[in-house]
Amino acid sequence: MSAPNKSYDPVEVSALRPEEVDRAREEALAAVAAAADLEELKRVRLAHAGDRSPLALANREIGALPPHARAEAGKRVGAARKAVAEALKRRQAELEEERDRRVLIEETVDVTLPWDRAPRGARHPLTTIAERMADVFISMGFEMAEGPEVEAEWYNFDALNFKPDHPARTMQDTFFVESEDSGLVLRTHTSPVQVRALLSRPLPVYVVAPGRTFRTDELDATHTPVFHQLEGLAVDEGLTMADLRGAIAAFVEGMFGEGLNVRLRPSYFPFTEPSAEVDMQCFVCRGASVEAGAPPCRTCGSEGWIELGGCGMVNPRVLVAAGIDPERYSGWAFGLGVERTLMFRHGVEDMHDMVEGDVRFTLPFGMEI
Amino acid sequence: MRVPLSWLREHVELPADVTGRDLAAKLIAVGLEVEKVESPGHDVTGPLVVGRVLAIEELTGFKKPIRYCRVEVGEPEPRNIICGARNFAEGDKVVVALPGSVLPGGFAIGARKTYGKMSEGMMCSVSELGIGDDHSGILVLPDDAEVGADAIELLGLRDEVLDIAVTPDRGYALSVRGVAREAALAYGAPFTDPAAVPLPADTERSYPASIADPTACDRFVLREVRGFDPSAQTPLWMRVRLYRAGMRPVSLAVDVTNYLMLELGQPLHAFDRGKLTGEIVVRRARPGEKLETLDHVVRTLDPEDILITDESGPISMAGVMGGLHTEIDEKSTDIVIEAAHFDPVGIARAVRRHRLHSEASYRFERNVDRELPLRASYRAVQMLAELGGAEIVPGVTHAEAPVEPVTITIPADHPDKVAGVTYGRDTVVRRLTEIGCTVTGDEELTVTPPSWRPDLVDPNDLAEEVIRLEGYENIPARPPRPIAGQGLTPAQRQRRRVGRALAAAGYVEALSYPFVGAKDFDDLQLDADDDRRRALRLANPLSEDEPLLRTTLLPGLLKTLARNVGRGQANVGLYEMGLVYRPGPDGVRRAPRPPVDRGPTAEEVASLEAALPDQPLRVAVVLAGNREPAGWWGPGRPASWADAIEAARTVAREAGVELTVKADQHAPWHPGRCAALYVGDLLIGHAGELHPRVVQAYGVPPRTAAMELELSRLAPSDAVRAPRVSTYPVATQDVALIVDADRPAAEVEAALREGAGELLESIRLFDVYTGDQVGEGRKSLAFTLRFRAPDRTLTAEEAGRARDAAVAKAAERTGAVLRGG
Repeated sequence: MSAPNKSYDPVEVSALRPEEVDRAREEALAAVAAAADLEELKRVRLAHAGDRSPLALANREIGALPPHARAEAGKRVGAARKAVAEALKRRQAELEEERDRRVLIEETVDVTLPWDRAPRGARHPLTTIAERMADVFISMGFEMAEGPEVEAEWYNFDALNFKPDHPARTMQDTFFVESEDSGLVLRTHTSPVQVRALLSRPLPVYVVAPGRTFRTDELDATHTPVFHQLEGLAVDEGLTMADLRGAIAAFVEGMFGEGLNVRLRPSYFPFTEPSAEVDMQCFVCRGASVEAGAPPCRTCGSEGWIELGGCGMVNPRVLVAAGIDPERYSGWAFGLGVERTLMFRHGVEDMHDMVEGDVRFTLPFGMEI
Repeated sequence: MRVPLSWLREHVELPADVTGRDLAAKLIAVGLEVEKVESPGHDVTGPLVVGRVLAIEELTGFKKPIRYCRVEVGEPEPRNIICGARNFAEGDKVVVALPGSVLPGGFAIGARKTYGKMSEGMMCSVSELGIGDDHSGILVLPDDAEVGADAIELLGLRDEVLDIAVTPDRGYALSVRGVAREAALAYGAPFTDPAAVPLPADTERSYPASIADPTACDRFVLREVRGFDPSAQTPLWMRVRLYRAGMRPVSLAVDVTNYLMLELGQPLHAFDRGKLTGEIVVRRARPGEKLETLDHVVRTLDPEDILITDESGPISMAGVMGGLHTEIDEKSTDIVIEAAHFDPVGIARAVRRHRLHSEASYRFERNVDRELPLRASYRAVQMLAELGGAEIVPGVTHAEAPVEPVTITIPADHPDKVAGVTYGRDTVVRRLTEIGCTVTGDEELTVTPPSWRPDLVDPNDLAEEVIRLEGYENIPARPPRPIAGQGLTPAQRQRRRVGRALAAAGYVEALSYPFVGAKDFDDLQLDADDDRRRALRLANPLSEDEPLLRTTLLPGLLKTLARNVGRGQANVGLYEMGLVYRPGPDGVRRAPRPPVDRGPTAEEVASLEAALPDQPLRVAVVLAGNREPAGWWGPGRPASWADAIEAARTVAREAGVELTVKADQHAPWHPGRCAALYVGDLLIGHAGELHPRVVQAYGVPPRTAAMELELSRLAPSDAVRAPRVSTYPVATQDVALIVDADRPAAEVEAALREGAGELLESIRLFDVYTGDQVGEGRKSLAFTLRFRAPDRTLTAEEAGRARDAAVAKAAERTGAVLRGG
């Protein structure tokens, strides 16, 4: 923008001569009318209504006129610019209309053409289901505890009240790290994390521990030597089996929905006493498939119940081995099978599918489960 | 433990209408895991009757001799029946399936013409009746069977069998006696103890015996019979029960010991008295001693093995298996019955040492009622007398070592506190008394468990008994109280982020087994002294080919890649996140075993940790085929070394660290296409294209690329400081620099970046050119530099100065020459 011209110079105002203004106006209107498409109209707009267009330049010179001439010139130029602006607007509307009517139709593509250039990935469903299971407990305020996979026998067995020659110890089908008296094993369960958590955290302790575990089973449809468990542990003052049952009920609700019963059956684990196997009501048939004549349920095998895992009150001997006073503190613990949970929650029928890493199995599970 | 319902009913008065499934549900509720309930014979329908063979006509001219028999079956007229068996004679009583009857397995019997005769039914073997394995001949019944009687009832063809997986604490439930006790508790029904036999007031000793090692055995009982008829047959009812319980009938003497073991839980052993030499002594083995056991294996004994010996040496591996040379045989008439109580740990060790499992050792390992030997041995000699015509030799040998009785003291409300339920003292005392405990005291209970429950030692053991009998189903659910948890740790969140980012970048997660073999290290082209060859070895691997624990994630991923490609997936990208196992420089150290009657000391915890191998968390990717597939838009883009490095950058981004890439030569990568990945000066991994030999060894597609880095070395990043966003315009400057062809672009870029100074907003390499215009051995690298100031619009001069400074630094550092400059 140029500043008002203080020194009067008649030469510079030739652009404001009436015939020049009219000529510029006519040229502009003709160009607008001749614009065949929106692109051309854009160029016309720049040439005839832009900052460097004749009319814009003329407008700028008005200030250079003697005061008496300014009003008339201003009116003339203003009318010309308005006429051009209106013509542009009209033509713009016409051309947009035409574009919508014809050009966009001509630009039609086949949107059904496949476009899968970006590679697709997925997380393993065992990873995501273990996360989801853990998250139910984390949402209750539990923290996630961890431990090594090559573990000291002391953590895996001794501190968990597995007596040196008790059959419970041999039942675990343990992988031993050479030599056999190294005192090192591949952990047979996530329970050693219980002891680690109790030794490393201030009381009370509320932790969940997902992880990879190992037993010397050959791979078949229902067994795998490498599998996953999710351990839960609460040690606090005054905890009872009612708290254990409440926590498991909350887990079942968080994972499978409301209104499913939980059943505890007496069982035996060296590190819990009392011990229980825990079942949940089948989330598919809700127990209905047990009735005579009812359609069979594939999820629970028409048992009405699904086995979730083992649980119980932390054996006071485990508390003692972790240096905790069992007179003051009590606790509960549970262990759930991650593979099992994936199998019944998502209808996986063969362990091989979870082990082999075939991308066709894993891809549909995406990022979360 | 397989328990026929009919056997159980002899010892517990269950209501008549209780089915096997009903009982199973009740037993499960009190803690016996009934795995299944079988219903043998429930598909059998009559007429199935006792018949008597009146006449046998031998038919010849067929492939095998055939008998055409007239059989009296309690009807007005005898039946004519064809039979291929030959183990019976005229006058024998047999089981006849008449036309219309159905045998186990839905085998329907009709009248039919065979071997040119009309056969009006079938004479049955035990196998056909579902009460045995023997099908070498038909079942010949004892002579007192009444012709025409219903054989289904007579033989107990219909029964139910509970298959119970007994947990290792409940040794007492490995018997009909123990299961009947639980059934009685579950139903509140009367129980009759099969061990409660009146014992004669024996004053004399039987065969001489003593215990030399009281830690091995604390009770040893011998009784004798003489004049046993070795040809005496095991009665059919006993054979049926043994069969239903899963044991094979052998001979009367052996069957009696097995039968009583099943009924009472007390393993028994029978010696041929004539083969014994002098006094029997229970002791540990001496160095070099050997024993040939019943399975015809000569076993070299360990000094810890518990033995039954006589003056000739070892005659039996106590509680595990008898010796071959004192075994009763088809001529034995004088029999010594042994019933003992052995140390469970000693038996367990012998079983493991000799890999020798038996029904007896299974029970001894799980602890047997110490009060049984006197009674079980007496029932054995009684049965041998009754069924085998033997004469009981008066007297008993009873050696024992004193055992302190166990008493447990608990507050009367202890079960209440464990369960979170108010049972009250009376209920607690009643339940403990019901399981056989002696209970005294008021607020504080002194409890003496019964002899058959050596598993009860702790207060919580007693609490469990009360709670299970009161019903686990009656424990309420108390909703969890919220706790002030901190959520996931930064490292845990980082792990999830890395997984998501790699999946979002097109990689599919695999979870490979961590087992590898030395061949994998060869296949990876690792040098002989490569650190990754030092792996932990399993003492008992599943496969002898893969006895090692992985030191790198790549073998598992490459095998998974090959599997996917083999199954027709051309374009595959995989990732895995998991531990590798790196033994310390001194190899495996022995982990200590601190005592468990107290918490470990800080030193003990430290020495436990020190014994563990390093187990860092790693992440790896492998990719092959096209990274972007070909399509109607044009050709695909092959996966390459660059994608592998990009995967490392993806991981680094999620970890919030800056990755520096340097050229390296490192197996298993292509020596010219391998990047070492650094964060600062810390090497965290490698990426690039795999060596062609590795590709070949694993059978993966040519040019397969891989990345592996150690996530444990990436400290979770600090919180991001918000950048200040300048709204002033950007000034863009392009430069093309000519450098030696082997000059890494990253060095040129780093020099430009340093020289450009603070005004530089970003730098991007947009072209690499080699060819005539730049000359042999040279390349041109074209960069776009974007400059921006936080507080003003840069002038062209300022941007130009910054660019010139960048170029000058690149020239100084890398010898770069401005192209066309």
